Amino acid sequence: MAGYEIDPCVKCEEAMQPYLDRVLSDAERHEAEEHLATCSHCAKRYRFEESLRVFVRKCCDEQMPPELKQKLASLRTPL
Amino acid sequence: MGETDTNGARKVAAEARDRVRFEEEALALSDQVYRVARRLVSTREEAEDLVQETYARAFRSWRSFTPGTNLRAWLLRILTNLNIDRGRRKQRAPDEQPLEEGDYFLYNRLEQATRDGNVDEERVVERLSQDDIVGALSVVPHDFRDVVVLVDIGDFTYQDAAQILDIPIGTVMSRLHRGRRILKRELADRATGGS
Repeated sequence: MAGYEIDPCVKCEEAMQPYLDRVLSDAERHEAEEHLATCSHCAKRYRFEESLRVFVRKCCDEQMPPELKQKLASLRTPL
Repeated sequence: MGETDTNGARKVAAEARDRVRFEEEALALSDQVYRVARRLVSTREEAEDLVQETYARAFRSWRSFTPGTNLRAWLLRILTNLNIDRGRRKQRAPDEQPLEEGDYFLYNRLEQATRDGNVDEERVVERLSQDDIVGALSVVPHDFRDVVVLVDIGDFTYQDAAQILDIPIGTVMSRLHRGRRILKRELADRATGGS
């Protein structure tokens, strides 16, 4: 396989979602981290993705209306 | 009182205790259940109805919950089943539009849209508004959205999502992959004014 190498940035891009989902094997994670330590192009995009996830979660953090909470409590079996 | 009566009374009391504990634990999770429900359906009213029906059913069938297992996942399984039963998902055909290749696509688009091209990646996200996020998520087709909402907003594992939706874990992964891509495509269009 001499001379044949996948572009490390392409490989790192493919690893991003599983990396952030923490489902990579130790070896795969290590490989991604090694690349990220030296490649600011990929490191920026990983940081962006991470902050995007946090932001999405924050935007969807809609409080439950208090009346609904009371309604749910009223569904309990009476003692 | 005879011995049988005493045993019977004890059993009833023990069951009542278990039921009360179940109900309290379920209610303590209601904020989290609502948050997921709110993003699975379009309106607040639908989300409220769905959560109420879920709790009504959960309280009726509390005996079928196995103590020590994941109660939040159990509640969400009831909720997603009810949501499907109510036919809320018979909507548009699955998203067949081609997706942008690559996961860096949204960042690249936002970066291009920034004049000097030199952006702080943690601030690029500020180009998106809450309306962008909520709006983009709401147009992701249901099959994909269910998985994205459970994993990215509900913080469920792939395994939990597979059990909740009763689909194989491989399907969870492929729908998550596609759902996130669709979400990012929609965000890119909203943030940079159409493709």
